[in-house]
Amino acid sequence: MPETTRETVLRISGTNTRKCMLCGKCSGSCPAYDAMDYRPHQFVAMVERGEIAPLLQSKSLYACMSCFACVERCPRGVQPASLIEALRAMVLREREHTRLPAQLIPELIDAGTPQQAVVSAFRKLSK
Amino acid sequence: MNYYYYPGCTLKTKAKALDASARAAAECLGVTLTEVPEWQCCGAVYPMAQDEVAARLSAVRALLAAREAGVPLVTLCSACHHVIKRVNADMAKNPDLRQKAANYLGLSTPYAGETKVLHYLEVLKNDVGFETIKQQVKHPLTGQKIGAYYGCLLLRPADVMQFDDPESPTMLEDLLRALGAAPVDYDQKNECCAGYLSLTDPAAASRRTRAILTSAREAGAEALVTACPLCQYNLSRHSGGSLPVYYVTELLEAALKGGNGHA
Repeated sequence: MPETTRETVLRISGTNTRKCMLCGKCSGSCPAYDAMDYRPHQFVAMVERGEIAPLLQSKSLYACMSCFACVERCPRGVQPASLIEALRAMVLREREHTRLPAQLIPELIDAGTPQQAVVSAFRKLSK
Repeated sequence: MNYYYYPGCTLKTKAKALDASARAAAECLGVTLTEVPEWQCCGAVYPMAQDEVAARLSAVRALLAAREAGVPLVTLCSACHHVIKRVNADMAKNPDLRQKAANYLGLSTPYAGETKVLHYLEVLKNDVGFETIKQQVKHPLTGQKIGAYYGCLLLRPADVMQFDDPESPTMLEDLLRALGAAPVDYDQKNECCAGYLSLTDPAAASRRTRAILTSAREAGAEALVTACPLCQYNLSRHSGGSLPVYYVTELLEAALKGGNGHA
């Protein structure tokens, strides 16, 4: 089982959920909002409350585009994307939870797929 | 004007046009780009996890090489620029990461962010000057309606990237005007194309790129420019050829030298 404490998420993410003032700009800015079960503002609130287990199961971990819109637009300097990355890392660091086995790659690419797409997907989805 | 140049993995393979056009234009403009010796892939995504040290090391190696050569480090791919610029800031501001990187790399003097990291476009704007470029244009892109696509990685987070206004950037438009083109403003120019999700969630990439392409088309754009191979791929793949997506350096080279058919 991955570590599940609030402190672990805060340490890995390097962000402070207590600064949140509940304005919702992060979720309002998120280009992946419609594909998420828990939205960026909920990540902030739930981590602050220590509700980590449901977030480790969330499909939002794999919908976040890491575009930093939430980070840029937060008026309080909270970094929802870093929380999502920390939780994703906690899951992926358990080896059996790798989301992108290398043998799948040939099916996922075409003649034009840039290396950057493969490298970034590996970095985000496997360990 | 001498710089170290970090091309990155994709510019050596699927995005050779980005690399070749940038080098050709730099030569025209008196900018000397020396490729970083034995550079390694930057990893393509910035490791937000504060305890990831190994994923930062290839960026640190390139930054160190530039420190030793005493020149700024120039990047071109948006992803490389994002990773290297942010790792540089980590090394300057985070003593724990700095020391761990030094331990990994066996450095007697830790790397503390001494290298200046510049995007190719920043060199054009600040060191060459768009006015100088304008005077050197031999084949102006007169009347071409072009949408500048910034995407996410060049702009955000602005406190580290310091590239342009993160909500209303103008650097690409200013360059396009210097080349004689008519830049078209549209509201999705700084929104994400879904990036790395193109591999595992192509539907997400499709939704995002359609929003961007529709916004640009409705504003009257007849082509888009980008500096990112993954944006170029995602956008081209979904435009069905109706809106060509060029690397900004291809238009720069065409305006300076004529030829290659894009202008």
